[in-house]
Amino acid sequence: MKIVVPVKRVIDYNVKVRVKADHSGVDVSNVKMSMNPFDEIAVEEAVRIKEAGNADEVIVVSCGVASCQETLRSALALGADRAIIVETDVELQPLAVAKLLAAICHKEKPQLVICGKQAIDDDANQTGQMLAALMGWGQATCASKITLNENVATVTREIDGGLETLEFPLPAVISADLRLNAPRYATLPNIMKAKKKPLETINPGALGVDVAPRLRTLKFSEPPKRGAGIKVADVAQLIDKLKHEAKVL
Amino acid sequence: MAILVIAEHNNVSLHASTLNTVSAASRIASLTSSEIHVLVGGAACRAVAEAAARIAGVAKVKLADLPHLGDMTAESHAALIVAEVTNGTTAYSHILSPATSHGKNTLPRVAALLDVAQISEIIAVEDVDTFVRPFYAGNVLVTVKSSDVTKVITVRTTGFDAAISEGGTAVIEDTSATPDAKQPRLISRELSKSTRPELGAAKVIVSGGRGLGNGENFQSVLGPLADKLGAALGATRAAVDAGFVPNDYQVGQTGKIVAPQLYIAVGISGAFQHLAGMKDSKVIVAINKDPDAPIFQIADYGLVADLFTAVPEFTAAL
Ligand SMILES: Cc1cc2nc3c(=O)[nH]c(=O)nc-3n(C[C@H](O)[C@H](O)[C@H](O)COP(=O)(O)OP(=O)(O)OC[C@H]3O[C@@H](n4cnc5c(N)ncnc54)[C@H](O)[C@@H]3O)c2cc1C
Repeated sequence: MKIVVPVKRVIDYNVKVRVKADHSGVDVSNVKMSMNPFDEIAVEEAVRIKEAGNADEVIVVSCGVASCQETLRSALALGADRAIIVETDVELQPLAVAKLLAAICHKEKPQLVICGKQAIDDDANQTGQMLAALMGWGQATCASKITLNENVATVTREIDGGLETLEFPLPAVISADLRLNAPRYATLPNIMKAKKKPLETINPGALGVDVAPRLRTLKFSEPPKRGAGIKVADVAQLIDKLKHEAKVL
Repeated sequence: MAILVIAEHNNVSLHASTLNTVSAASRIASLTSSEIHVLVGGAACRAVAEAAARIAGVAKVKLADLPHLGDMTAESHAALIVAEVTNGTTAYSHILSPATSHGKNTLPRVAALLDVAQISEIIAVEDVDTFVRPFYAGNVLVTVKSSDVTKVITVRTTGFDAAISEGGTAVIEDTSATPDAKQPRLISRELSKSTRPELGAAKVIVSGGRGLGNGENFQSVLGPLADKLGAALGATRAAVDAGFVPNDYQVGQTGKIVAPQLYIAVGISGAFQHLAGMKDSKVIVAINKDPDAPIFQIADYGLVADLFTAVPEFTAAL
Protein backbone atom coordinates (compact mmCIF):
# COMPACT_ATOMS: atom_id res chain seq x y z
CA MET A 1 0.00 0.00 0.00
CA LYS A 2 0.92 3.64 -0.44
CA ILE A 3 1.14 6.19 2.35
CA VAL A 4 0.85 9.90 1.62
CA VAL A 5 2.41 12.32 4.09
CA PRO A 6 1.72 16.06 3.67
CA VAL A 7 4.55 18.26 4.95
CA LYS A 8 4.57 22.00 5.60
CA ARG A 9 7.45 24.44 5.55
CA VAL A 10 7.29 26.69 8.61
CA ILE A 11 9.50 29.02 10.61
CA ASP A 12 11.75 26.82 12.74
CA TYR A 13 10.32 26.10 16.18
CA ASN A 14 13.31 27.71 17.92
CA VAL A 15 12.80 31.08 16.27
CA LYS A 16 11.01 33.79 18.19
CA VAL A 17 8.77 35.32 15.53
CA ARG A 18 8.28 39.08 15.16
CA VAL A 19 5.42 40.98 13.64
CA LYS A 20 6.37 43.51 10.93
CA ALA A 21 6.09 47.15 11.97
CA ASP A 22 3.18 47.75 9.55
CA HIS A 23 1.21 44.77 10.98
CA SER A 24 1.00 43.18 7.52
CA GLY A 25 2.58 39.89 8.50
CA VAL A 26 5.39 38.13 10.29
CA ASP A 27 9.00 38.97 9.51
CA VAL A 28 10.47 36.00 7.62
CA SER A 29 13.61 37.64 6.23
CA ASN A 30 16.74 35.73 7.27
CA VAL A 31 14.68 33.43 9.43
CA LYS A 32 15.46 29.72 9.57
CA MET A 33 12.75 27.57 7.95
CA SER A 34 12.16 23.90 8.76
CA MET A 35 9.69 21.11 8.36
CA ASN A 36 6.76 21.43 10.78
CA PRO A 37 7.81 19.21 13.75
CA PHE A 38 4.54 17.25 13.72
CA ASP A 39 5.00 16.50 10.01
CA GLU A 40 8.47 15.17 10.74
CA ILE A 41 6.87 12.74 13.18
CA ALA A 42 4.33 11.77 10.48
CA VAL A 43 7.12 11.09 7.96
CA GLU A 44 9.01 9.02 10.55
CA GLU A 45 5.91 6.94 11.28
CA ALA A 46 5.23 6.28 7.60
CA VAL A 47 8.85 5.26 7.02
CA ARG A 48 8.72 2.92 10.04
CA ILE A 49 5.52 1.33 8.68
CA LYS A 50 7.28 0.78 5.37
CA GLU A 51 10.40 -0.60 7.09
CA ALA A 52 8.17 -3.05 8.98
CA GLY A 53 6.94 -4.35 5.64
CA ASN A 54 3.45 -2.88 5.93
CA ALA A 55 3.72 -0.34 3.10
CA ASP A 56 5.35 -0.21 -0.31
CA GLU A 57 5.77 3.46 -0.89
CA VAL A 58 5.85 6.70 1.09
CA ILE A 59 4.94 9.81 -0.92
CA VAL A 60 5.51 13.24 0.62
CA VAL A 61 3.49 16.21 -0.60
CA SER A 62 3.99 19.89 0.09
CA CYS A 63 1.73 22.71 -1.07
CA GLY A 64 3.16 26.20 -1.37
CA VAL A 65 6.03 28.25 -2.73
CA ALA A 66 8.94 26.76 -4.70
CA SER A 67 11.21 26.59 -1.63
CA CYS A 68 8.95 23.88 -0.16
CA GLN A 69 11.16 21.66 -2.30
CA GLU A 70 13.81 21.93 0.45
CA THR A 71 11.29 20.61 2.96
CA LEU A 72 10.44 17.74 0.62
CA ARG A 73 14.16 16.93 0.23
CA SER A 74 14.47 16.68 4.03
CA ALA A 75 11.51 14.31 4.09
CA LEU A 76 13.12 12.22 1.35
CA ALA A 77 16.31 12.14 3.42
CA LEU A 78 14.31 10.66 6.32
CA GLY A 79 13.29 7.79 4.05
CA ALA A 80 10.29 8.85 1.94
CA ASP A 81 10.42 7.48 -1.61
CA ARG A 82 9.18 10.32 -3.77
CA ALA A 83 7.82 13.81 -3.50
CA ILE A 84 5.18 16.05 -5.03
CA ILE A 85 5.10 19.82 -4.76
CA VAL A 86 1.86 21.60 -5.56
CA GLU A 87 3.44 24.91 -6.34
CA THR A 88 1.72 28.26 -5.86
CA ASP A 89 2.47 31.69 -4.48
CA VAL A 90 -1.11 32.10 -3.26
CA GLU A 91 -1.49 32.11 0.55
CA LEU A 92 -2.94 28.65 1.20
CA GLN A 93 -5.48 28.14 3.97
CA PRO A 94 -6.34 24.71 5.44
CA LEU A 95 -9.45 24.16 3.28
CA ALA A 96 -7.46 24.83 0.09
CA VAL A 97 -4.65 22.51 1.21
CA ALA A 98 -7.18 19.79 2.07
CA LYS A 99 -8.71 20.11 -1.41
CA LEU A 100 -5.29 19.90 -3.07
CA LEU A 101 -4.44 16.83 -0.99
CA ALA A 102 -7.81 15.27 -1.85
CA ALA A 103 -7.00 15.73 -5.54
CA ILE A 104 -3.62 14.07 -4.97
CA CYS A 105 -5.34 11.21 -3.10
CA HIS A 106 -7.73 10.66 -6.01
CA LYS A 107 -4.71 10.41 -8.27
CA GLU A 108 -2.38 8.34 -6.08
CA LYS A 109 -4.99 6.23 -4.28
CA PRO A 110 -3.12 5.82 -0.98
CA GLN A 111 -4.54 3.56 1.73
CA LEU A 112 -3.34 5.87 4.45
CA VAL A 113 -2.56 9.55 4.93
CA ILE A 114 -0.49 10.46 7.97
CA CYS A 115 -0.18 14.18 8.67
CA GLY A 116 0.92 16.35 11.59
CA LYS A 117 -1.88 17.29 13.99
CA GLN A 118 -1.21 20.99 13.56
CA ALA A 119 1.33 23.32 12.00
CA ILE A 120 3.25 25.42 14.49
CA ASP A 121 2.76 28.62 12.46
CA ASP A 122 -1.04 29.01 12.20
CA ASP A 123 -1.75 26.36 14.90
CA ALA A 124 -4.96 25.53 13.01
CA ASN A 125 -5.29 21.75 13.57
CA GLN A 126 -7.72 21.36 10.63
CA THR A 127 -6.20 19.96 7.45
CA GLY A 128 -6.26 16.24 8.27
CA GLN A 129 -9.88 16.34 9.43
CA MET A 130 -10.90 18.35 6.36
CA LEU A 131 -9.14 15.91 4.04
CA ALA A 132 -10.85 12.95 5.72
CA ALA A 133 -14.23 14.67 5.27
CA LEU A 134 -13.61 15.47 1.61
CA MET A 135 -12.59 11.86 0.92
CA GLY A 136 -15.43 10.43 3.02
CA TRP A 137 -12.82 8.59 5.09
CA GLY A 138 -12.49 7.92 8.80
CA GLN A 139 -10.02 9.88 10.90
CA ALA A 140 -7.97 9.64 14.05
CA THR A 141 -6.34 12.87 15.19
CA CYS A 142 -3.60 13.33 17.80
CA ALA A 143 -2.31 9.77 17.47
CA SER A 144 0.23 8.50 19.99
CA LYS A 145 0.21 4.89 18.73
CA ILE A 146 -0.69 3.29 15.40
CA THR A 147 -1.06 -0.44 14.74
CA LEU A 148 -1.90 -1.73 11.27
CA ASN A 149 -3.34 -5.16 10.64
CA GLU A 150 -4.24 -5.90 7.03
CA ASN A 151 -6.77 -3.21 6.21
CA VAL A 152 -7.60 -2.19 9.75
CA ALA A 153 -5.92 0.53 11.78
CA THR A 154 -5.96 0.68 15.56
CA VAL A 155 -5.01 4.10 16.83
CA THR A 156 -4.53 5.49 20.33
CA ARG A 157 -5.35 9.20 20.50
CA GLU A 158 -4.46 11.83 23.07
CA ILE A 159 -7.71 13.46 24.20
CA ASP A 160 -8.62 15.98 26.90
CA GLY A 161 -9.03 13.61 29.81
CA GLY A 162 -6.50 10.95 28.79
CA LEU A 163 -6.37 8.46 25.92
CA GLU A 164 -8.80 6.66 23.67
CA THR A 165 -8.30 3.83 21.19
CA LEU A 166 -10.22 3.61 17.93
CA GLU A 167 -10.36 0.91 15.29
CA PHE A 168 -11.38 1.58 11.68
CA PRO A 169 -10.93 0.28 8.16
CA LEU A 170 -8.51 1.93 5.71
CA PRO A 171 -8.33 4.19 3.79
CA ALA A 172 -8.21 6.80 6.52
CA VAL A 173 -6.40 9.90 7.74
CA ILE A 174 -4.32 9.81 10.92
CA SER A 175 -2.73 12.91 12.45
CA ALA A 176 0.42 12.62 14.54
CA ASP A 177 0.87 13.94 18.05
CA LEU A 178 4.24 14.56 19.70
CA ARG A 179 4.52 11.24 21.47
CA LEU A 180 3.94 9.03 18.40
CA ASN A 181 7.69 8.61 17.88
CA ALA A 182 11.03 10.42 18.00
CA PRO A 183 12.10 11.18 14.41
CA ARG A 184 15.54 10.03 13.30
CA TYR A 185 18.25 12.40 12.10
CA ALA A 186 18.98 12.29 8.39
CA THR A 187 22.44 10.82 7.74
CA LEU A 188 24.77 12.36 5.17
CA PRO A 189 24.48 9.39 2.75
CA ASN A 190 20.67 9.61 2.98
CA ILE A 191 20.77 13.36 2.36
CA MET A 192 22.85 12.65 -0.78
CA LYS A 193 20.46 9.88 -1.87
CA ALA A 194 17.48 12.16 -1.35
CA LYS A 195 18.81 14.53 -4.00
CA LYS A 196 18.26 11.85 -6.62
CA LYS A 197 14.78 10.79 -5.57
CA PRO A 198 11.91 11.84 -7.86
CA LEU A 199 10.23 15.19 -7.17
CA GLU A 200 7.22 16.12 -9.31
CA THR A 201 5.87 19.67 -9.65
CA ILE A 202 2.14 20.19 -10.15
CA ASN A 203 0.20 23.45 -10.20
CA PRO A 204 -3.16 23.80 -8.42
CA GLY A 205 -4.94 24.58 -11.71
CA ALA A 206 -3.95 21.19 -13.10
CA LEU A 207 -5.71 19.59 -10.12
CA GLY A 208 -8.85 21.65 -10.76
CA VAL A 209 -8.78 23.17 -7.30
CA ASP A 210 -9.75 26.74 -6.43
CA VAL A 211 -7.30 27.80 -3.75
CA ALA A 212 -8.57 31.34 -3.18
CA PRO A 213 -8.44 32.21 0.54
CA ARG A 214 -11.77 32.39 2.40
CA LEU A 215 -10.37 34.36 5.29
CA ARG A 216 -8.77 37.74 4.89
CA THR A 217 -6.19 38.63 7.49
CA LEU A 218 -6.76 42.23 8.47
CA LYS A 219 -3.97 42.61 10.95
CA PHE A 220 -1.06 40.86 12.65
CA SER A 221 -0.23 42.09 16.13
CA GLU A 222 1.76 41.10 19.17
CA PRO A 223 -0.13 40.22 22.33
CA PRO A 224 0.31 42.57 25.30
CA LYS A 225 3.64 41.78 26.90
CA ARG A 226 3.64 40.39 30.36
CA GLY A 227 6.41 42.07 32.26
CA ALA A 228 8.67 40.33 34.73
CA GLY A 229 7.60 40.83 38.34
CA ILE A 230 9.92 40.64 41.27
CA LYS A 231 12.20 38.06 42.82
CA VAL A 232 11.30 37.19 46.37
CA ALA A 233 13.99 36.36 48.91
CA ASP A 234 12.40 33.31 50.48
CA VAL A 235 9.23 31.28 50.97
CA ALA A 236 7.99 33.54 53.75
CA GLN A 237 8.13 36.61 51.51
CA LEU A 238 6.46 34.68 48.70
CA ILE A 239 3.52 33.76 50.90
CA ASP A 240 3.28 37.30 52.23
CA LYS A 241 3.15 38.73 48.68
CA LEU A 242 0.56 36.17 47.53
CA LYS A 243 -1.61 36.93 50.53
CA HIS A 244 -1.36 40.69 50.81
CA GLU A 245 -0.31 41.99 47.39
CA ALA A 246 -1.78 39.56 44.84
CA LYS A 247 -4.51 38.45 47.24
CA VAL A 248 -4.72 34.99 45.71
CA LEU A 249 -4.14 32.94 48.87
CA MET B 1 -30.67 33.59 11.40
CA ALA B 2 -29.46 31.92 14.58
CA ILE B 3 -26.15 30.88 16.11
CA LEU B 4 -25.55 27.22 16.87
CA VAL B 5 -23.38 26.27 19.85
CA ILE B 6 -22.18 22.67 20.05
CA ALA B 7 -22.47 21.38 23.62
CA GLU B 8 -19.42 19.65 25.11
CA HIS B 9 -20.46 16.80 27.40
CA ASN B 10 -19.98 13.15 28.28
CA ASN B 11 -23.65 12.08 27.94
CA VAL B 12 -24.08 12.69 31.67
CA SER B 13 -23.14 16.29 32.40
CA LEU B 14 -22.60 19.48 30.49
CA HIS B 15 -18.95 20.55 30.39
CA ALA B 16 -18.13 24.07 31.61
CA SER B 17 -16.42 24.96 28.31
CA THR B 18 -19.90 25.15 26.77
CA LEU B 19 -20.60 28.18 28.98
CA ASN B 20 -17.62 30.13 27.63
CA THR B 21 -18.71 29.25 24.11
CA VAL B 22 -22.22 30.55 24.76
CA SER B 23 -20.55 33.79 25.92
CA ALA B 24 -18.70 34.07 22.61
CA ALA B 25 -22.00 33.39 20.83
CA SER B 26 -23.67 36.13 22.89
CA ARG B 27 -21.04 38.61 21.71
CA ILE B 28 -21.96 37.80 18.10
CA ALA B 29 -25.68 37.72 18.89
CA SER B 30 -25.50 41.21 20.38
CA LEU B 31 -24.28 42.48 16.99
CA THR B 32 -26.91 40.69 14.93
CA SER B 33 -29.85 40.25 17.30
CA SER B 34 -29.97 36.56 16.49
CA GLU B 35 -30.98 33.70 18.77
CA ILE B 36 -28.58 31.23 20.34
CA HIS B 37 -29.36 27.53 19.99
CA VAL B 38 -27.39 24.73 21.64
CA LEU B 39 -27.05 21.35 19.94
CA VAL B 40 -26.69 18.38 22.27
CA GLY B 41 -25.75 15.21 20.42
CA GLY B 42 -25.21 12.00 22.36
CA ALA B 43 -26.81 8.88 23.78
CA ALA B 44 -29.14 8.95 26.80
CA CYS B 45 -28.15 12.56 27.28
CA ARG B 46 -31.43 14.34 28.08
CA ALA B 47 -30.02 15.59 31.41
CA VAL B 48 -27.35 17.44 29.43
CA ALA B 49 -30.02 19.09 27.28
CA GLU B 50 -31.85 20.14 30.43
CA ALA B 51 -28.68 21.73 31.81
CA ALA B 52 -28.11 23.50 28.48
CA ALA B 53 -31.67 24.84 28.58
CA ARG B 54 -30.91 26.56 31.89
CA ILE B 55 -27.96 28.57 30.51
CA ALA B 56 -28.84 32.27 30.47
CA GLY B 57 -29.21 33.60 26.93
CA VAL B 58 -30.01 30.31 25.20
CA ALA B 59 -33.30 30.35 23.25
CA LYS B 60 -33.53 26.75 22.15
CA VAL B 61 -31.82 23.41 22.75
CA LYS B 62 -31.76 20.88 19.93
CA LEU B 63 -31.42 17.36 21.24
CA ALA B 64 -30.20 14.42 19.14
CA ASP B 65 -30.41 11.51 21.56
CA LEU B 66 -29.30 8.52 19.50
CA PRO B 67 -27.24 5.44 20.37
CA HIS B 68 -24.65 5.96 17.62
CA LEU B 69 -23.80 9.45 18.88
CA GLY B 70 -22.75 8.22 22.33
CA ASP B 71 -19.09 7.58 21.52
CA MET B 72 -18.59 11.17 20.30
CA THR B 73 -16.73 10.29 17.11
CA ALA B 74 -15.97 13.14 14.73
CA GLU B 75 -17.61 11.24 11.88
CA SER B 76 -21.03 10.84 13.52
CA HIS B 77 -21.10 14.29 15.10
CA ALA B 78 -19.98 16.10 11.95
CA ALA B 79 -22.78 14.31 10.06
CA LEU B 80 -25.25 15.41 12.74
CA ILE B 81 -24.18 19.06 12.68
CA VAL B 82 -24.16 19.25 8.88
CA ALA B 83 -27.63 17.69 8.71
CA GLU B 84 -28.93 20.12 11.33
CA VAL B 85 -27.51 23.12 9.48
CA THR B 86 -28.53 22.10 5.97
CA ASN B 87 -31.87 20.28 6.50
CA GLY B 88 -33.10 21.78 9.73
CA THR B 89 -35.76 24.43 9.99
CA THR B 90 -33.37 27.17 11.17
CA ALA B 91 -30.73 28.96 9.11
CA TYR B 92 -27.48 29.26 11.04
CA SER B 93 -24.94 32.01 10.43
CA HIS B 94 -22.37 30.69 12.91
CA ILE B 95 -21.48 27.31 14.37
CA LEU B 96 -19.39 27.53 17.54
CA SER B 97 -17.78 24.79 19.55
CA PRO B 98 -15.37 24.97 22.48
CA ALA B 99 -11.81 24.18 21.36
CA THR B 100 -11.79 20.88 23.22
CA SER B 101 -10.51 17.56 21.80
CA HIS B 102 -14.02 16.89 20.54
CA GLY B 103 -14.52 20.34 19.03
CA LYS B 104 -11.12 20.39 17.33
CA ASN B 105 -11.72 16.90 15.98
CA THR B 106 -15.19 17.59 14.64
CA LEU B 107 -15.52 21.18 13.39
CA PRO B 108 -12.92 21.04 10.60
CA ARG B 109 -14.88 18.09 9.24
CA VAL B 110 -18.08 20.12 9.41
CA ALA B 111 -16.42 23.07 7.65
CA ALA B 112 -15.07 20.91 4.81
CA LEU B 113 -18.49 19.29 4.29
CA LEU B 114 -20.08 22.78 4.14
CA ASP B 115 -17.22 24.02 1.90
CA VAL B 116 -16.32 26.87 4.24
CA ALA B 117 -13.22 27.81 6.21
CA GLN B 118 -12.89 26.91 9.86
CA ILE B 119 -11.55 29.49 12.30
CA SER B 120 -9.60 27.91 15.15
CA GLU B 121 -9.51 28.99 18.78
CA ILE B 122 -10.82 32.53 18.61
CA ILE B 123 -10.07 34.67 21.65
CA ALA B 124 -12.16 37.73 20.69
CA VAL B 125 -15.08 38.75 18.50
CA GLU B 126 -14.49 42.04 16.65
CA ASP B 127 -17.51 41.91 14.39
CA VAL B 128 -20.04 39.37 13.06
CA ASP B 129 -17.47 38.15 10.56
CA THR B 130 -14.21 39.30 12.20
CA PHE B 131 -12.37 37.42 14.91
CA VAL B 132 -9.02 37.41 16.70
CA ARG B 133 -7.04 34.21 17.04
CA PRO B 134 -3.50 33.27 18.04
CA PHE B 135 -0.73 32.17 15.66
CA TYR B 136 2.76 30.92 16.57
CA ALA B 137 1.92 29.57 20.01
CA GLY B 138 0.22 32.83 20.89
CA ASN B 139 3.25 34.99 20.07
CA VAL B 140 1.23 36.62 17.31
CA LEU B 141 -2.44 37.55 17.20
CA VAL B 142 -4.23 37.76 13.86
CA THR B 143 -7.50 39.45 13.07
CA VAL B 144 -9.33 37.53 10.34
CA LYS B 145 -12.45 38.42 8.38
CA SER B 146 -14.50 35.61 6.90
CA SER B 147 -16.29 35.80 3.56
CA ASP B 148 -18.16 32.50 4.05
CA VAL B 149 -21.95 32.34 4.57
CA THR B 150 -21.57 30.02 7.52
CA LYS B 151 -18.79 30.73 9.99
CA VAL B 152 -17.47 27.58 11.64
CA ILE B 153 -15.50 28.48 14.73
CA THR B 154 -13.80 26.89 17.72
CA VAL B 155 -13.59 29.03 20.84
CA ARG B 156 -10.63 29.20 23.22
CA THR B 157 -12.40 29.15 26.54
CA THR B 158 -9.84 31.36 28.32
CA GLY B 159 -10.84 34.20 25.97
CA PHE B 160 -14.43 34.43 27.21
CA ASP B 161 -16.05 34.49 30.64
CA ALA B 162 -18.49 31.70 31.41
CA ALA B 163 -22.16 32.40 30.71
CA ILE B 164 -24.44 32.06 33.73
CA SER B 165 -25.44 28.42 34.01
CA GLU B 166 -28.81 28.93 35.70
CA GLY B 167 -31.93 30.96 35.12
CA GLY B 168 -32.53 30.31 31.43
CA THR B 169 -35.70 28.63 30.22
CA ALA B 170 -34.94 27.46 26.69
CA VAL B 171 -37.24 24.98 24.98
CA ILE B 172 -35.86 21.54 24.21
CA GLU B 173 -36.66 20.30 20.74
CA ASP B 174 -35.78 16.89 19.34
CA THR B 175 -33.86 17.07 16.07
CA SER B 176 -35.01 15.05 13.14
CA ALA B 177 -33.05 11.79 13.41
CA THR B 178 -29.79 11.69 11.49
CA PRO B 179 -28.31 8.89 9.47
CA ASP B 180 -25.97 6.51 11.24
CA ALA B 181 -22.70 7.71 9.70
CA LYS B 182 -20.01 5.11 9.30
CA GLN B 183 -17.66 5.66 12.19
CA PRO B 184 -14.65 4.13 13.91
CA ARG B 185 -15.23 1.63 16.67
CA LEU B 186 -14.29 2.89 20.12
CA ILE B 187 -12.20 0.17 21.71
CA SER B 188 -11.37 1.90 24.96
CA ARG B 189 -11.17 5.25 26.67
CA GLU B 190 -8.85 5.65 29.62
CA LEU B 191 -9.57 8.86 31.43
CA SER B 192 -7.31 9.91 34.29
CA LYS B 193 -9.13 9.68 37.56
CA SER B 194 -8.42 12.40 40.01
CA THR B 195 -10.07 13.97 42.99
CA ARG B 196 -8.41 17.26 42.07
CA PRO B 197 -10.16 19.87 39.93
CA GLU B 198 -9.86 19.69 36.16
CA LEU B 199 -7.03 21.76 34.65
CA GLY B 200 -9.37 23.83 32.51
CA ALA B 201 -11.61 24.76 35.44
CA ALA B 202 -9.10 25.12 38.29
CA LYS B 203 -8.58 28.45 40.04
CA VAL B 204 -5.11 27.38 41.11
CA ILE B 205 -2.67 25.17 39.17
CA VAL B 206 0.55 23.70 40.48
CA SER B 207 2.63 22.69 37.49
CA GLY B 208 5.86 20.72 37.37
CA GLY B 209 8.68 20.30 34.88
CA ARG B 210 11.71 18.17 34.30
CA GLY B 211 13.24 19.62 37.47
CA LEU B 212 11.09 17.23 39.50
CA GLY B 213 13.32 14.40 38.32
CA ASN B 214 10.79 11.55 38.30
CA GLY B 215 7.14 10.65 38.72
CA GLU B 216 7.46 9.77 42.38
CA ASN B 217 8.96 13.16 43.24
CA PHE B 218 6.33 14.84 41.12
CA GLN B 219 3.55 13.39 43.26
CA SER B 220 5.29 13.56 46.64
CA VAL B 221 6.56 17.14 46.24
CA LEU B 222 3.72 18.77 44.28
CA GLY B 223 0.77 16.63 45.45
CA PRO B 224 0.61 17.96 49.03
CA LEU B 225 0.92 21.58 47.83
CA ALA B 226 -1.88 21.03 45.30
CA ASP B 227 -4.04 19.45 48.01
CA LYS B 228 -3.53 22.37 50.40
CA LEU B 229 -4.44 24.86 47.67
CA GLY B 230 -7.28 22.83 46.17
CA ALA B 231 -5.27 23.05 42.95
CA ALA B 232 -5.08 21.03 39.75
CA LEU B 233 -1.75 19.53 38.70
CA GLY B 234 -0.19 20.46 35.37
CA ALA B 235 3.09 19.65 33.67
CA THR B 236 5.45 20.49 30.82
CA ARG B 237 5.89 18.36 27.76
CA ALA B 238 9.31 17.31 29.06
CA ALA B 239 7.71 15.97 32.26
CA VAL B 240 5.05 14.09 30.28
CA ASP B 241 7.54 12.71 27.74
CA ALA B 242 9.73 11.47 30.60
CA GLY B 243 6.72 9.59 31.97
CA PHE B 244 6.36 11.55 35.25
CA VAL B 245 2.63 12.12 34.61
CA PRO B 246 -0.01 11.21 31.99
CA ASN B 247 -0.38 13.16 28.73
CA ASP B 248 -3.50 15.05 29.78
CA TYR B 249 -1.43 17.02 32.35
CA GLN B 250 0.42 18.85 29.57
CA VAL B 251 0.04 22.61 29.45
CA GLY B 252 1.19 24.52 26.37
CA GLN B 253 1.00 25.09 22.65
CA THR B 254 0.09 21.49 22.06
CA GLY B 255 -1.48 20.73 25.41
CA LYS B 256 -4.07 22.55 27.50
CA ILE B 257 -4.50 26.31 27.46
CA VAL B 258 -5.20 27.53 30.98
CA ALA B 259 -5.67 30.87 32.71
CA PRO B 260 -6.15 30.28 36.45
CA GLN B 261 -6.02 32.91 39.20
CA LEU B 262 -2.70 31.46 40.34
CA TYR B 263 -0.20 29.33 38.37
CA ILE B 264 2.76 27.97 40.29
CA ALA B 265 5.53 26.76 37.94
CA VAL B 266 7.98 24.45 39.68
CA GLY B 267 11.19 23.24 38.00
CA ILE B 268 10.01 24.61 34.66
CA SER B 269 12.44 26.51 32.42
CA GLY B 270 9.80 28.53 30.56
CA ALA B 271 10.07 27.49 26.90
CA PHE B 272 7.65 29.58 24.82
CA GLN B 273 5.71 26.44 23.88
CA HIS B 274 4.93 26.06 27.57
CA LEU B 275 4.26 29.78 28.13
CA ALA B 276 1.74 29.59 25.27
CA GLY B 277 -0.50 27.56 27.54
CA MET B 278 -0.32 29.57 30.78
CA LYS B 279 0.85 33.14 30.18
CA ASP B 280 -2.68 34.53 30.56
CA SER B 281 -2.85 33.31 34.16
CA LYS B 282 -3.63 36.14 36.57
CA VAL B 283 -0.70 35.58 38.90
CA ILE B 284 2.34 33.47 38.02
CA VAL B 285 4.81 32.15 40.57
CA ALA B 286 8.04 30.46 39.47
CA ILE B 287 10.29 28.34 41.62
CA ASN B 288 13.53 27.44 39.86
CA LYS B 289 17.14 27.08 40.97
CA ASP B 290 18.47 28.76 37.82
CA PRO B 291 18.23 32.57 38.24
CA ASP B 292 18.41 32.97 34.44
CA ALA B 293 15.54 30.61 33.63
CA PRO B 294 13.24 32.34 31.10
CA ILE B 295 10.19 31.60 33.27
CA PHE B 296 11.31 34.48 35.55
CA GLN B 297 10.75 36.92 32.67
CA ILE B 298 6.99 36.43 32.95
CA ALA B 299 6.57 35.45 36.58
CA ASP B 300 5.01 37.95 38.96
CA TYR B 301 6.88 36.37 41.85
CA GLY B 302 10.08 34.44 41.28
CA LEU B 303 11.86 32.38 43.90
CA VAL B 304 15.36 31.21 43.06
CA ALA B 305 15.65 28.09 45.14
CA ASP B 306 15.96 24.33 45.10
CA LEU B 307 12.44 23.06 44.67
CA PHE B 308 13.02 20.08 46.95
CA THR B 309 13.41 22.40 49.94
CA ALA B 310 11.28 25.36 48.83
CA VAL B 311 8.10 23.48 47.94
CA PRO B 312 7.80 21.46 51.17
CA GLU B 313 8.52 24.66 53.12
CA PHE B 314 5.77 26.45 51.14
CA THR B 315 3.32 23.61 51.78
CA ALA B 316 4.10 23.51 55.48
CA ALA B 317 3.66 27.28 55.86
CA LEU B 318 0.15 27.32 54.37
C1 LIG C 1 6.40 21.37 18.38
C2 LIG C 1 6.66 21.49 19.85
C3 LIG C 1 5.58 21.59 20.71
C4 LIG C 1 5.78 21.68 22.07
N1 LIG C 1 4.71 21.79 22.89
C5 LIG C 1 4.89 21.93 24.22
C6 LIG C 1 3.79 22.08 25.12
O1 LIG C 1 2.62 22.06 24.72
N2 LIG C 1 4.05 22.22 26.44
C7 LIG C 1 5.31 22.24 26.95
O2 LIG C 1 5.48 22.36 28.17
N3 LIG C 1 6.37 22.07 26.14
C8 LIG C 1 6.19 21.92 24.78
N4 LIG C 1 7.28 21.74 23.98
C9 LIG C 1 8.61 21.53 24.61
C10 LIG C 1 9.31 22.80 25.06
O3 LIG C 1 10.03 23.32 23.97
C11 LIG C 1 10.31 22.50 26.20
O4 LIG C 1 11.20 21.51 25.79
C12 LIG C 1 9.65 22.05 27.51
O5 LIG C 1 8.58 22.90 27.85
C13 LIG C 1 10.67 22.03 28.62
O6 LIG C 1 10.11 21.47 29.79
P1 LIG C 1 10.74 21.75 31.24
O7 LIG C 1 10.68 23.20 31.51
O8 LIG C 1 10.05 20.83 32.18
O9 LIG C 1 12.21 21.19 31.10
P2 LIG C 1 13.61 21.93 31.06
O10 LIG C 1 13.65 22.93 29.98
O11 LIG C 1 14.64 20.86 31.09
O12 LIG C 1 13.66 22.75 32.42
C14 LIG C 1 13.81 22.17 33.67
C15 LIG C 1 13.99 23.31 34.67
O13 LIG C 1 14.02 22.79 35.97
C16 LIG C 1 14.97 23.51 36.75
N5 LIG C 1 15.40 22.65 37.85
C17 LIG C 1 16.06 21.47 37.77
N6 LIG C 1 16.25 20.97 39.01
C18 LIG C 1 15.73 21.84 39.89
C19 LIG C 1 15.64 21.89 41.31
N7 LIG C 1 16.11 20.90 42.08
N8 LIG C 1 15.03 22.96 41.88
C20 LIG C 1 14.54 23.97 41.12
N9 LIG C 1 14.59 23.97 39.77
C21 LIG C 1 15.18 22.93 39.15
C22 LIG C 1 16.06 23.84 35.77
O14 LIG C 1 16.79 24.99 36.21
C23 LIG C 1 15.28 24.10 34.47
O15 LIG C 1 14.98 25.48 34.32
C24 LIG C 1 7.10 21.66 22.60
C25 LIG C 1 8.18 21.55 21.72
C26 LIG C 1 7.97 21.48 20.37
C27 LIG C 1 9.15 21.36 19.46
